[in-house]
Amino acid sequence: MLPHHLRNLAQVEAEVKLQVDGPVTQRTVLDALEASYPMLRGTIRDHDTQIRRAYLRFFACKEDLSHDPPDSPLPEAVASGKEPLLIIGAIAGGWDWL
Amino acid sequence: MSGVRVLVGTHKGAFILTSDGKRKKWAISKPQFGGLEFYHLKGSPVDPSRIYASQVSDWFGQVMHRSDDGGQTWQTVGNEFKYDGDTGTHQWYDGTPHPWEFKRVWHLEPSLTDPDTVYAGVEDAALFRTSDAGQTWQELAGLRGHGSGPRWAPGAGGMCLHTVLLDPADPERMYIAISAAGAFRTGDAGKTWRPINQGLRSEYIPDPNADVGHCVHHVAFHPSRPDVLFMQKHWDVMRSDNAGESWQEVSGNLPSDFGFVIDVHAHEPETIYVVPIKSDSEHFPPEGKLRVYRSRTGGNEWEALTKGLPQRDCYVNVLRDAMAVDSLDPCGVYFGTTGGQVYASPDGGDSWAPIARNLPAVLSVEVQALP
Repeated sequence: MLPHHLRNLAQVEAEVKLQVDGPVTQRTVLDALEASYPMLRGTIRDHDTQIRRAYLRFFACKEDLSHDPPDSPLPEAVASGKEPLLIIGAIAGGWDWL
Repeated sequence: MSGVRVLVGTHKGAFILTSDGKRKKWAISKPQFGGLEFYHLKGSPVDPSRIYASQVSDWFGQVMHRSDDGGQTWQTVGNEFKYDGDTGTHQWYDGTPHPWEFKRVWHLEPSLTDPDTVYAGVEDAALFRTSDAGQTWQELAGLRGHGSGPRWAPGAGGMCLHTVLLDPADPERMYIAISAAGAFRTGDAGKTWRPINQGLRSEYIPDPNADVGHCVHHVAFHPSRPDVLFMQKHWDVMRSDNAGESWQEVSGNLPSDFGFVIDVHAHEPETIYVVPIKSDSEHFPPEGKLRVYRSRTGGNEWEALTKGLPQRDCYVNVLRDAMAVDSLDPCGVYFGTTGGQVYASPDGGDSWAPIARNLPAVLSVEVQALP
């Protein structure tokens, strides 16, 4: 599941289905996402470091996986397609975001 | 001339304002990429349908867009700005060395001859270029590699390269300006650079007359006279008649010589415009009166332009890339405010009217005269 602005950028609906070969991890899912939608490169993780952008979070199966290593396997329910991997934009309400 | 298109970058999206050559009635587009910050949009002088745009946010980083149909549709282009070679360090706010880190594109300057070539001024200060219509960007590393790089420092808004001027008479020569390093010039298409800050005086740096370290806010020239430069510095309005070799202050009778924008009339190279701001601590017009000041003498002698502008209780700012002139006759002048207004003057500044009143805070304004 992608946040609003990334859906607009990729011109897709909220949920994107991806085929991942091999282990299903944050890295392989994002690799597959960026391969299908190159306009998303650099928007979820840094081009060089591949580190997740600080204001984005990865949730799945009611767990926050944001701080898991990128090569850790995602839950089986995500790998099998039963549950989505949610990419969530941080809530912000300070003056600068008005 | 069939019309005018004003490209407005705001805190929450881009907007396109259009009018016919009379510039009296305006249409405002729906937000382009609503909710996201647009630092700058600019059209190609070769192909007005070609527009480049810089979108940036803390959530999704830098995103670059290109339109090939005058802003009706957009496609995402390359957003990887990788410094060339060793990134090195510049000064941090506390004076310690800090590695160069890409943050955002502040300014886009399309080539005067090729619609696929664009220069991008970025934070942390560096100059990039694309020659494939934005798909890939390469750094012109000679600038950042200039020996003074380790002494450059960020201003409060970040260490940004915000001004790129391309010399129409000499494709090898261009000027850039950085806050807070100063102005630089190349004569070999960006391979080598030299600082051009002699005559600038800045009390906020240890050596007020240093060769680098000055907080230049914006530089402008008239295309017919690329040796004559006008600068709005953090404080002081300056002028150079020798391509930046030396500068003289031309603040004259301005109510404040602090400000961000400066621009030159399209047909009168000695007519220039600034919007004085009260001070570096209070970023709004003196006395709550929004006044554009015009000099017809290239500085020193200034007149307040007030007709149609709010003359009480106005506390907005006009940011460095938020003023532009069109090429019609009479020359149109445009500027946007942090209060979300865009003002236009179809008569060289004699009178003004808001052409948008309620946009998000305006970061940049550019104008295209359409054939």
